Amino acid sequence: MANTKVIVGLGSCGIAAGAGKVYDELLRIREADNLDFELKKTSCIGMCFKEPLVEIIDDTGSYLYGEVDIKKADEILEKHIQNFSPIKEYIVKSDKYESVYKNYFDGQVKITLRNCGNINPESIDDYEESGGYEAIKKIGNERISANEIIKTILDSGLRGRGGGGFPTGLKWKFANNNRSKDKYIICNADEGDPGAFMDRSVLEGDPHSELEGMIIGAYSIGATEGVIYCRAEYPLAIKRLNIAIIQARERGYLGKDILGIEGFDFDLYIKEGAGAFVCGEETALIASVEGERGMPRKRPPFPAVSGLWRKPTNINNVETFANIPWIIVNGALAYAKYGTEKSKGTKVFALTGKIKNGGLVEVPMGITIKDIIYKLGGGIIGDKKFKAVQLGGPSGGCIPEYLSHTIVDYDSVNATGAIMGSGGMVVMDETTCMVDMARFFLEFTCKESCGKCTYCRVGTKRMLEILTRITQGEGKDGDIEKLEELAYQIKDGSLCGLGQTAPNPVLTTIKYFRDEYEAHIRDKKCPSVYCKKLLTYEIIEEKCTGCMVCKRGCPTKAITGEKKVPHIIHQELCIQCGDCYSKCKFDSIKVF
Amino acid sequence: MRIERINKKEYTQEKALTGISSPESIVDLKLIKPLLKKYKGKKGNLIPVLQGTQNIYGFIPEEAMLFIARETGIQVSDMYGVATFYAQFRLKPVGKYIIKMCHGTACHVQNVKAVTEDLQNFLGIKDGETTPDNIFTLETVACLGCCSLAPVMMIGDDTHGKLSGKKAVDVIKEFRRKETLSQKSKLTENISKN
Repeated sequence: MANTKVIVGLGSCGIAAGAGKVYDELLRIREADNLDFELKKTSCIGMCFKEPLVEIIDDTGSYLYGEVDIKKADEILEKHIQNFSPIKEYIVKSDKYESVYKNYFDGQVKITLRNCGNINPESIDDYEESGGYEAIKKIGNERISANEIIKTILDSGLRGRGGGGFPTGLKWKFANNNRSKDKYIICNADEGDPGAFMDRSVLEGDPHSELEGMIIGAYSIGATEGVIYCRAEYPLAIKRLNIAIIQARERGYLGKDILGIEGFDFDLYIKEGAGAFVCGEETALIASVEGERGMPRKRPPFPAVSGLWRKPTNINNVETFANIPWIIVNGALAYAKYGTEKSKGTKVFALTGKIKNGGLVEVPMGITIKDIIYKLGGGIIGDKKFKAVQLGGPSGGCIPEYLSHTIVDYDSVNATGAIMGSGGMVVMDETTCMVDMARFFLEFTCKESCGKCTYCRVGTKRMLEILTRITQGEGKDGDIEKLEELAYQIKDGSLCGLGQTAPNPVLTTIKYFRDEYEAHIRDKKCPSVYCKKLLTYEIIEEKCTGCMVCKRGCPTKAITGEKKVPHIIHQELCIQCGDCYSKCKFDSIKVF
Repeated sequence: MRIERINKKEYTQEKALTGISSPESIVDLKLIKPLLKKYKGKKGNLIPVLQGTQNIYGFIPEEAMLFIARETGIQVSDMYGVATFYAQFRLKPVGKYIIKMCHGTACHVQNVKAVTEDLQNFLGIKDGETTPDNIFTLETVACLGCCSLAPVMMIGDDTHGKLSGKKAVDVIKEFRRKETLSQKSKLTENISKN
């Protein structure tokens, strides 16, 4: 009993699901009943669909409890801690019992997320105990040169995890080649892709690995100053990073002559982003750090030559940096063992949408999309028909069901017209309208376009107008062709990644779901029964009880009928507001 | 594109330039002095200064912009350009609670649109507007990063997940109830004091 640890997952989603209250309750009972166990905090355990999560580790094994509320917490303390009998029906993972979620964990290889959910992110001791800062100690002790590190990273095959997929080692080499006294290293933590939250989880769950990755990067390219550009929408990540930076300074991992290596001075600070998707783009991010509007600049010169304050600058994504310490400690070969020929290692995906087991999964490159969705993700909610998966957010595209055997690596995903992106994987079922999905992404990119390039600024607006028209039943012949024409012009006429990729969601949905576009335009019907203006509402005579609720609520008086007699909707008056459908208690309104 | 224009209202440039706020003004310019001291002359200071200003007032008042310009030499046009570019900055006052409705992909797929509509109907305001009692401001945001709890909204630092229209309205009702209670207790306090 003395060795019993109770660990609560306090990441942003855990807290949102009520983990903070559970933690307080556990603390309260421990004090009130004078129980003897160690209460610890950790961050995202990755099983977001079962939050809040509480793990109990005692002499007999480890037990992870899911969907714990205050009531369950009391019960778990009473039965498990006081009477040593674990409550099997609440357990989602344990080394003692076979769990139904076994596949969710077995399919994963945790490198980036190695510490997430295992350590207290606010404790540098926890990080060091689990092998943290070993990589820079190794560099210091064995006097590994910058060139050797760059070679290791090149050999590992690590490619930029922010979406671009540019080899990290090569990027470092370019920055290293530049002989300038002042160089900068920037961590891009401006995770703006709607539907992606892996960077947030790493920063919240393992901030020290981020710092360690950056310190190694700084050593390799000769940078003296680092910046973490983090979105202001992630207050918890910023808080934990700040704690980590202070701790790292105290231990001498940041500052002057780090690790006794003479002349290796490095320190870093956090820059809070102010909310602009375009700042995920390297040159726009640099402009934003300099305090300007986040508008991209022309390349070349590339940031490796002239970046922040016109000095050589290296920018990597959060996930990329988190991999670095592991590669240094375990070697390039250990990393390159995972993955495919051209895409090595693992990738973290944020699995969301209409999926049963939504959460953060880290899988080796080369696994098929189908395996991620069905083996790890447990399939579609309500066992509906799987329609498509959206990869890469607003810059990416939809991969249809019949291509779900596609393996995840940069080149295979690119071949479908989607992109790997930062790792958002939004699963859609038969009720998701693909035209509306394209409209949704265009609305996003149109709003987020910085306005510098005409094609991106005006072109996305025109595309959005056409798509909105189509979803409202005012599509015309030739609209699809016009969309395609605009799409290629925007791709060619834009300076940065935002504009060059903005048409992707439209192009891929046209490619794979052209029939849905045609149904909207020609038949004025939405096959997924989603676009409101294209729906027809009808009363099922046998089911209608004549309660008059729909009749009273109808804003255009399109429903007629006497009390206790089935009502009728007059189609010529109906404005498809859906009020009757949501108000009917007897499911007697049919939509098609 | 991101454009938000300042409401054309009357202001006296003189006040802003001297740094003395009139008694009826809600903007106390003294409050930003420590902030300016911290960032004055540092490169890349514009965004942190604006973020700090917004933390103090809840939005960036025009008077504050003019004052910062005088104190630091940053051009008002630059400040306005940056403030209108980033989604975080507001040029108008907001309600006591800001309801951030997530309109990320995962929330969109889980039909956050219907939830937002219910909330808009309940509050009687549209996106970006504030209720007449200055309690709630409704804002749609890109992604809050709690996708597995979609649809999600954030009020203050609290995140509310797995919403339906009814659940979202219930959360707001609870806030309203608490607000009325605290106002009542304040009222009774004042009465007993007098």
